[in-house]
Amino acid sequence: MTRFGATARRDAWWLQPLVVFLGLGAFVVYATWAALQGKHYHFGPYLSPFYSPEVFGDAGRSWFGPEPHWWPAWLPWSPALFILWAPGGFRLTCYYYRGAYYKAFWADPPACAVGEPRARYLGERSFPLILQNAHRYFLYLALPFIGFLSIDVWRALWFPAATGGTTLGIGVGTLVLAMNVVLLGGYTLGCHSLRHLVGGSLDRLAGRPVRSACYTCVGFLNRRHMMWAWMSLGWVAFSDLYVRLCATGVWTDWRIL
Amino acid sequence: MSATATFRIWRGDTAGGRFQDYTTPVAAGMVVLDAVHRIQAEQANDLAVRWNCKAGRCGSCSAEVNGMPKLMCMTRLDELPLERPVTIEPMQAFPIVKDLVTDVSWNFAVKRRIAPFRPRPPDAPDGTWRMAQADVDRVMEFRKCIECFLCQDVCHVLRDHQRHTEFIGPRYFVHAAALEMHPLDVEDRTEALRREHAIGLCNITKCCTKVCPEQITITDNAIIPLKERVADKAYDPIRAILRMLGA
Repeated sequence: MTRFGATARRDAWWLQPLVVFLGLGAFVVYATWAALQGKHYHFGPYLSPFYSPEVFGDAGRSWFGPEPHWWPAWLPWSPALFILWAPGGFRLTCYYYRGAYYKAFWADPPACAVGEPRARYLGERSFPLILQNAHRYFLYLALPFIGFLSIDVWRALWFPAATGGTTLGIGVGTLVLAMNVVLLGGYTLGCHSLRHLVGGSLDRLAGRPVRSACYTCVGFLNRRHMMWAWMSLGWVAFSDLYVRLCATGVWTDWRIL
Repeated sequence: MSATATFRIWRGDTAGGRFQDYTTPVAAGMVVLDAVHRIQAEQANDLAVRWNCKAGRCGSCSAEVNGMPKLMCMTRLDELPLERPVTIEPMQAFPIVKDLVTDVSWNFAVKRRIAPFRPRPPDAPDGTWRMAQADVDRVMEFRKCIECFLCQDVCHVLRDHQRHTEFIGPRYFVHAAALEMHPLDVEDRTEALRREHAIGLCNITKCCTKVCPEQITITDNAIIPLKERVADKAYDPIRAILRMLGA
């Protein structure tokens, strides 16, 4: 067992875990703050992806009406708390993020061929990390969100008309929400567990054209899973920020069409 | 490229050792193994180094160059900062024999613990099988392995935690994946992967993929698919119910 940080590496091995630490840390802080706000999460036809689908809420598209009476008084009211645990759990158990945050947050190891701080090591075969095997269940929960967010993009195409009703249009916010679906789709549909589900579990895909095509498509996205993971992570936070700043009047949503 | 460069080479054996500096002329196109050979020929005739093909095919000259596991024959000097001594040391995950040579025989013992290829009954009366090219292509990536053991060396489960008795390491997950995903193979290795080969100890750092000189996507294409197959059998209650129902 070498001492913590011991290495003969000459490159800036600490840079990547530092960037991951700052990037994931900033996202967790922002997402937690935004999820606990419970307001300014919709503007015109736009709904923040942190709050979609709106199970309870006052954005006008909630499934079951406004804040429920049984909501505990000690917990700040926020519609995001009903749903964010599902995509959050999907990212937390994601194979890419696991490798990244084990290094950046737990130094296990801090980087390749760099000494670790602890002699004890359990890996993912003991509690609590054995629970990472639930990733496929979080995938099942995360997949419908692509549909919910796609519906939000459709709704973001319909703006209030001066004469009443709605009119077709495209605002910057529409494009922001549309890009969010593309990036989240690229990330979710490139999941390792999905690749296994659609065909990876089989030794023979020949003669199964649908599963073979799905396996090829998921595999194509999976090759850039890290890129999709970071781009979708950054963009979903930006999408919330965009809606939030429009709702608070800080930013103006420009209509393109 | 500077006319000379200094190489800080680990010299020693099982009793211990230390780094020793050697300065030698270098020229464009040289690799680390060239420099080691020149030092061996001109300054340190007793320097032990294992090598064979000098072409990145045999996997013999594995060592750690400036702290990263690499094949010495494939590491060009013009990729290295030569203004400071280049450190060359043996792989740390294996017992030292002498200087840059380590005892990698543990790996061959591990390979014998993995259930061998067991094909289904022949498809044709003449005793032959039929396979689709697409199904074979998936496992062909794993057959590129040259057994240099750089992935084993960089894996922190072996390198730092010395779990050689229970963990088989990335090289043998690649081997197991090549067998397990083979379209003809009918052996089920998932329970052995979980219990005897301790695949759960892998925490997906992808260091093995990073150092592989054959660019095998070890983590994504071998280890994670095996982890998923293990999860199917051991950690997925829905799958367990479906299996009980015969689905």
